[in-house]
Amino acid sequence: MEIAMQGISKAFGTNQVLRGVDFTLHSGEIHALMGENGAGKSTLMNILTGIHKADAGKITVDGQEVHFKNARDAENHGIAFIHQELNIWPNLSILENLFLMKQITNSFGMLDTKKMRKLAEEKCAQIGIELPLDAEAGECSVGQQQMTEIIRNLMLDAKVVIMDEPTAALTERETAKLFEVMHALKDKGVAIVYISHRMEEVFTHCDTITVMRDGHSISCRPTRSTTMEAVVQDMVGRAITEYYPGRTTTPGEVVLEVKNMCQPGVFDHVSFNLRKGEILGVAGLMGAGRTEIMRALFGIDDCQQGEIYLHGEKVTIKKPEDAIKAGIGFITENRKTEGLILDFSILKNIALPSVDTFATKAVINDKKEYDFSNDLSHKLGVKTASIQLPAGALSGGNQQKVVIAKWIGMHPSIIIMDEPTRGIDVGAKRDIYDLMNELTAQGVSIIMVSSDLPEVIGMSDRVLVVHEGKIAGEIPHEEATQENIITLATGGI
Amino acid sequence: MNVSALVRKMGPLIGLIVLFVVISALNSSFIDPSNLKNLLRQVSINALISFGMTFVILTGGIDLSVGSTLALSSAVMASFIKGGMDPILGILVSALIGLILGTINGVAISYGRVAPFIATLATMTIFRGLTLVYTDGNPISSLTDDPLFHMFGQGYFAGIPVPAVVMLLAFALCWFILNKTPLGRKTYAVGGNEKVSFIAGIKIERIKIFAYAITGLFCALAGSILTSRLNSAQPTAGTGYELDAIAAVVLGGTSLSGGKGRILGTLIGVLIIGTLNNGLNILNVSSFYQQVVKGIVILLAVLMDRKKS
Repeated sequence: MEIAMQGISKAFGTNQVLRGVDFTLHSGEIHALMGENGAGKSTLMNILTGIHKADAGKITVDGQEVHFKNARDAENHGIAFIHQELNIWPNLSILENLFLMKQITNSFGMLDTKKMRKLAEEKCAQIGIELPLDAEAGECSVGQQQMTEIIRNLMLDAKVVIMDEPTAALTERETAKLFEVMHALKDKGVAIVYISHRMEEVFTHCDTITVMRDGHSISCRPTRSTTMEAVVQDMVGRAITEYYPGRTTTPGEVVLEVKNMCQPGVFDHVSFNLRKGEILGVAGLMGAGRTEIMRALFGIDDCQQGEIYLHGEKVTIKKPEDAIKAGIGFITENRKTEGLILDFSILKNIALPSVDTFATKAVINDKKEYDFSNDLSHKLGVKTASIQLPAGALSGGNQQKVVIAKWIGMHPSIIIMDEPTRGIDVGAKRDIYDLMNELTAQGVSIIMVSSDLPEVIGMSDRVLVVHEGKIAGEIPHEEATQENIITLATGGI
Repeated sequence: MNVSALVRKMGPLIGLIVLFVVISALNSSFIDPSNLKNLLRQVSINALISFGMTFVILTGGIDLSVGSTLALSSAVMASFIKGGMDPILGILVSALIGLILGTINGVAISYGRVAPFIATLATMTIFRGLTLVYTDGNPISSLTDDPLFHMFGQGYFAGIPVPAVVMLLAFALCWFILNKTPLGRKTYAVGGNEKVSFIAGIKIERIKIFAYAITGLFCALAGSILTSRLNSAQPTAGTGYELDAIAAVVLGGTSLSGGKGRILGTLIGVLIIGTLNNGLNILNVSSFYQQVVKGIVILLAVLMDRKKS
């Protein structure tokens, strides 16, 4: 069987995600799909599996054009997508999970558990795995849950299995098992699309590598005739333009020192420092633990051990209020769920963490509060008819400015920004970069977690690369290139 | 503001006015000043409880224990007064007890991380049980002859029933807290998005404890009014009051998921329920039908709210 996607284009609103992508898949191959975050891999696969509809282009199966109406339709054509977020009902047993979509009943219309169990055991044996069929799925390991989903799809006669970063949450043993299963499936003629950032795994197990970048398919080569360097080159090939205002301030003394922060299974012995007026870029792949480290530093999530020194003095941060008191601000990755109260007006959002400061004798001084929010809103160039409008009505870029305004109003000496420009337009991005420069010129230090490599390189004085919960390396601004960051972030040396 | 937004904001008030006009048209004795004063006195108890409930619901919680809190604080107060305590001091003691009971709810919910529904379901039973234990299941009656105490539930101040005055003062206090103080702002913030509030450094636990504590306090005050009116504390007092309070808050347009709503809406909600009770009595509708009508009104109000949003 051959599945071909030709000239696939897709836009979400004004955001053009795919621009004429070609992708071909054959039975009995393991095909790696690689690319930076946001390159369009998941969108492409969502189109192949009927979750999204392409704006242009066509999909053919053995030369015949197909149109999948929805995921179920694609499944019926034997195309299965195993998402990073597994489709598991944690309250049901593995067996019940396996047959939830396709119950087997006896002639009285009752569930035929015996028959289902026999079928499940057969399928497991075919690809050489064992599953605790009676265990509650939520109690099983991620690896077992993943296997459950694979088996479920095999029972629907899947001819194509797409896996989105399946090994991200697996232990080494589970990963090895998964690859055994993948090879077993491949020998049975199943085609596998394997989305991953892990070079080693891709080069060991995959037959073909397709690299995407910025919504284009850049290259498609057999693994044996390409190299890791070539793949990295294809992934990052973007040139850094004049787009970034450039850094002019020179970082001063160390203001923050983090020593040996650990949270088992999330991050491990993380140590780094931050200087006055510095922008410290934090790069790494999705799920590497960057956000988690910052959340622990700010007291949102737990941290089992570790020490934090501010201006040489040890501080204890157990809750965000401790961090705020210590002069730290945190612009979260997800502005809609963690940055803003969408029903609140812009005014009230900006004023939220500072609200106590406008109160004289426990009464909010409305004028003071209005002036405060209005000034900040103007300073950040929030585009709105009135700051009395709800924050939820603003565009993404303007919402982000409101979040930043809210923290700047606290006059923090350190601001952690998690993906500060994600999903916002070019103009607003430039505004935020200028603001970052202005803040650092005033002596504020910034930690910027970002998946946008050109941004990391363009705006950081120093780049910290995180790989699987550990600091994989530190690169000074002058030496930072997309190649050496990607290499560190994917576990290379 | 466009028309639909205006209707949305004014919906409960329009409902109240319509109800008023219809009942008055059917029986003019409804708008007798004496009946209206009576109406105000009748709604004051539900009003006080509903004001507290508004805080709780704004934080995204619920308090089922209000009736039991009222009963327990009243019973203790009644026994003290009967034992010779100064009645005014008795009312203060009752208020303190209410505050403590509310704080227990708040602590269990915020620090104990028990779901509000479950926590207050438990304390509803506990407080009711303690009331029965304390009173041995018997009413505490013929408390005192002190006119000041009787004034609290039965008297008039400048022609207005004293309970209604208490209600209006409580309303003013709540309005002030919710609209003018950081505490009020944070109450909305916690209900609007707890995560955002937490990250913004708001002490979530304190805000929640305050909401339940003030509810407890208002329950005790409502209990004092009831006890003064009857000159007696009943161990079963306040049974089912939580439902009337929740209904009033919801009728007033406050969202059960928290973060959205106004105390003025709650006052209107209380008046709608009070008008229904009083008006249907005047129209000689059987109390069995009254329940059906009340339920339908609540359902309709919420359905209309859904449609608009």
